[in-house]
Amino acid sequence: MKVISELCDICGTCVAVCPVDAIIVTEFKVKIDNDICTNCMNCLKVCPAKAIEEGE
Amino acid sequence: MVKYKYDIVVIGAGPAGSVAARFAAENGASVLMLERDREPGIPVRCAEGVSHNGIVPFIDIDKRWIASQIDIAKLTSPNNESAFMHNNGVGYVLERRIFDTALCELAAKHGARLITKANALDLIKENDKIIGVKYRYMGKTREVKCDIVIAADGTESRVGRWAGINTTVALRDIDTCVQYTLAGLDIKKDTCEFYFGNEVSPGGYVWIFPKSDSTANVGIGIAGHLSHKKGPKEYLDEFVAKRFPDATITYTMFGGVPTSATLKEIVRDNIMLVGDAARQVNPITGGGIVQGMIAGSIAGKVAAEAVKKGKFDAKFLKKYRKEWDKTLGNTQKVMHSMKEKFLFMTDERFNNLVGFCKKIPSDKFSLKALFTEAVKGDPKLMLDVAKSFIVSKIKLK
Ligand SMILES: Cc1cc2nc3c(=O)[nH]c(=O)nc-3n(C[C@H](O)[C@H](O)[C@H](O)COP(=O)(O)OP(=O)(O)OC[C@H]3O[C@@H](n4cnc5c(N)ncnc54)[C@H](O)[C@@H]3O)c2cc1C
Ligand code: SF4
Ligand code: SF4
Repeated sequence: MKVISELCDICGTCVAVCPVDAIIVTEFKVKIDNDICTNCMNCLKVCPAKAIEEGE
Repeated sequence: MVKYKYDIVVIGAGPAGSVAARFAAENGASVLMLERDREPGIPVRCAEGVSHNGIVPFIDIDKRWIASQIDIAKLTSPNNESAFMHNNGVGYVLERRIFDTALCELAAKHGARLITKANALDLIKENDKIIGVKYRYMGKTREVKCDIVIAADGTESRVGRWAGINTTVALRDIDTCVQYTLAGLDIKKDTCEFYFGNEVSPGGYVWIFPKSDSTANVGIGIAGHLSHKKGPKEYLDEFVAKRFPDATITYTMFGGVPTSATLKEIVRDNIMLVGDAARQVNPITGGGIVQGMIAGSIAGKVAAEAVKKGKFDAKFLKKYRKEWDKTLGNTQKVMHSMKEKFLFMTDERFNNLVGFCKKIPSDKFSLKALFTEAVKGDPKLMLDVAKSFIVSKIKLK
């Protein structure tokens, strides 16, 4: 999974539904750790800004 | 000077964290708050609605953080019928940027310390026991030791995970939200509006919370499992184009609200979770400010007592859980069952519900009447709702 930084609002919604804690947040950026990610698509489904897409 | 060791470190300076910090400090503990953003309360991710009765136990009302006073709630059904509710008590639309800072100032007045731009990275453990927090501040990684961590890190709730607590919420138990602040409107400053229906906002609602008679927070929350094909922004844009075609958007914000019951586990040895992080949100309204403050006050007091007694294990900290369940947690469970019902409500049922509400004289129309009608046909839930109204008065926000 990949976060499109230009669209991401750093709202944390994706983090709440990630079952494996693969999403890391700083004040300025959200990143997905693809070594941990299981491609469950939860984050992509709930992102209100449609800022997550498949791929690394 | 920031010390190297505090009794309690609070992660997150939202309403839950700052109230927890205040009550812990007031009761004698040394407290440090870490906040990732440059200022508490920003960016605002909230419609900013609260009830007067909900906030007065925690802070004196101050015009600086009140945008408008709300006396009327207007509920609109899919077939465009509206019911007006007058007697749910006074409410406010806040300026959360100022409100959240005021709560932090109050915590500081009681002795708590705050560091902004301090991003917690992990818990420090020794033989599996939590003994502190690692955080990033001004390009450097720092450590602070403590006996108790209070995790008040909002929807993300990562701190609890670091302690081994499962904080993940199911897709249907998160509302995915977009909100605009709109200008150039012609609205009533004393009325907040709610729009329901599967075409308008599946599994949630659209809200208009006025900040003045020409500006308002206009937003939408839809259930997470229903948002994949058409997202909240598309629904909101359709609503705004119809209702406020000439408005100017002065602020755009995205966010998520957990709408589950409280987490199974909100304490472990040396750690307590409060607010959105513990999923202490009203599952029907999505209101979490007051809930977070109530939880924070209980957690803060219990934590201070733990410090006095030198007891930091889950067994002692469970006092907080017990008190929370008695105050709001049990009610939240009932509300969650009701929300499940709302999730599967047809537009026709919404129409009937608002139709029913319209027949009640507006001064008699209360949330209780609304909920009782909504759960009709489900005797067990009806009983639970009746009980929860007796146990604690359900507040709208
Ligand atoms: C669109 C929307 C509308 C809403 N409308 C309303 C409403 O009208 N009324 C209402 O009562 N509630 C509303 N809510 C819910 C309300 O905003 C939350 O319930 C409330 O803010 C929860 O308070 P909190 O203190 O638990 O968390 P937050 O206010 O989210 O605070 C958490 C804080 O922790 C910080 N943080 C997170 N991780 C870290 C870290 N690792 N290190 C340091 N700091 C960290 C964050 O920066 C943040 O400041 C709404 C929510 C949304 C999304
Ligand atoms: S849900 Fe979307 S907008 Fe929000 S932090 Fe995640 S990727 Fe960014
Ligand atoms: S796809 Fe699933 S596992 Fe991967 S980051 Fe998103 S929510 Fe987490």
